[in-house]
Amino acid sequence: MGRLLNKRAIILVSILTMAGLFLVGCGGAQNQGEGQQGYVQVKGSDTMVNMVQVLAEEYMAQNEGVSLSVTGGGSGTGIAALINDKVDIANSSRVMKEEEIKQAEANGVDVKRFVVAMDGLSVIVHESNPVENLTVDQIGDIFKGEITNWKEVGGLDKEISLYGRQSNSGTFVYFRNNVLKGDYSANMKRMNGNAQIVEGIKADEAGIGYVGIGYVVNDNDKEIEGLNILNVAKDANSKPASPLKPENVKTGDYPLARPLNQYTNGVPTGQELEFIKYELSDEGQAIAVEQGFYPVSPKFKKINEKNLGK
Amino acid sequence: MQKRGKLSKFKEKAIEWFFFGNGILAIIILIGIFTLLLKEGLPTFQEVSIKEFLTSTDWNPTSYSNRSYGIVSLVYSTLLVTVGSLIFAVPLGIACAAYLAEVAHPRMREILKPTVEILAGIPSVVIGFLGIVLVGPMIAKVFNLSNGLNAINGSILLGVMALPTIISISEDAISAVPEEYKQASLALGTNEWHTLITVTLPAALSGIIAAVMLGMGRAIGETMAVLMATGNAPAFPESIFDSVRTMTATIAVELGEVPYNTTHYYSLFAIGLVLFLMTFVVNLISDLVLHKYGEGE
Repeated sequence: MGRLLNKRAIILVSILTMAGLFLVGCGGAQNQGEGQQGYVQVKGSDTMVNMVQVLAEEYMAQNEGVSLSVTGGGSGTGIAALINDKVDIANSSRVMKEEEIKQAEANGVDVKRFVVAMDGLSVIVHESNPVENLTVDQIGDIFKGEITNWKEVGGLDKEISLYGRQSNSGTFVYFRNNVLKGDYSANMKRMNGNAQIVEGIKADEAGIGYVGIGYVVNDNDKEIEGLNILNVAKDANSKPASPLKPENVKTGDYPLARPLNQYTNGVPTGQELEFIKYELSDEGQAIAVEQGFYPVSPKFKKINEKNLGK
Repeated sequence: MQKRGKLSKFKEKAIEWFFFGNGILAIIILIGIFTLLLKEGLPTFQEVSIKEFLTSTDWNPTSYSNRSYGIVSLVYSTLLVTVGSLIFAVPLGIACAAYLAEVAHPRMREILKPTVEILAGIPSVVIGFLGIVLVGPMIAKVFNLSNGLNAINGSILLGVMALPTIISISEDAISAVPEEYKQASLALGTNEWHTLITVTLPAALSGIIAAVMLGMGRAIGETMAVLMATGNAPAFPESIFDSVRTMTATIAVELGEVPYNTTHYYSLFAIGLVLFLMTFVVNLISDLVLHKYGEGE
């Protein structure tokens, strides 16, 4: 009898202890916030991660004692982290949504936008695919699942197999809002990043996918082996343009040219500011071009100047 | 003397408590996790009807126009891939275990068994990558498909990941069958193959079932490899050659970006709850089976 009582007491005590620990754990503060001086955390877009990593390495090589960490995870992940004030800079290949900016404000995060490079979002197919030009509407219909066979757009009689990104990707959202203006086909394969789409298309003769241009050009700014980059026309009456030509992206003749953004909490200061300035300098822009992307178009430079507090 | 006895009695008691506390810890953690899943998962049903959640095949919480929260395709995909992996891994695993335990030369066994166990240490991203660049194209070629990112790819990868568990535990079970059983069988005039099939394997059955269940547990909860290799299309799969999206992959993909305390966020925990109940049922069944064969205690 005594033993039984003891056991009960122990159970009670341990449950109470655990419950207490559990509650403490739940309520614990999660705010790591602004990093200490000289440590800048950058997170977000998978499209931008390689480029920003190279920029960060160069910057760190020139400035001793400064430490930057650049990670991917998708634009949505970076923006979510910025809203919760867990990163210093969020990379995003799409613009922040109205409701996200409101959420950030509610958390006391004052969002500032910078455009650090331009991307010619590339629509890619297998190298054996005879289709070379498509209009934006055709691409939209293909990804909505309304066009399902390549022969409908002048290709071979093959069922189209779709490759896209996952919902945490800024490219996923950009492409949906600007090209489809509707939902993706449920049959679209949701790949884990740009590189996986590239691998998938190389192996799939009937595949079509979309990736940042930095992932499909080699050092000579030519498309990499195994796939074709399509020329895209705004509508049936315009001329199809290739994202491989810098002027198409600069003038907006290539309809899928888009800005690659970075978001910060408030006007950046200290190393954060210095790093963004470096990215926008001639040297930083040259690195963006080296990585296959394009320099910031004039119309976005104004946003940068305003938000840098000039 | 009296005092010392008291002290050692106290010590005895304290140690007993300590071990009891450790034992009970697992239960408390389990209850904690279950409570968390309930607390975060149940608010889903304030906005989504349970009927829609459990019977609709449309999963698209980030839709452009129409949000939908049906998990049928996800559950079906998970089961499809898991069962597929067992069809692949169980015969292979038991055959390999029987070879190791009964047929292989001791020296051969000493090389093979650790090798099999090393297989368990390969990170799942590596296996997932192999799924994309090696298994996928092979499947596409063999079955004449345009690509190999489908359920069968995931099944093969999960099968490979479940194999070490199944082989290792089955081998232990088969080795533990008393020598007398086999000798008695051989003395009755059967050959070794017949002894293996009709005496040794049935005698080791409870251990083998435990091995299969543990392998299944590994397969059902595995995330990274299936996330990379099955294509993750949320459409309801019509055959094993269709791309599938499992429950774990859905949670892994969407939890990173979802705004806290939204229906989408809650619904991901609700998926976790369903997954938890599924693995619970699997474990319960395996327990019942073990008890039925009288070796579960």
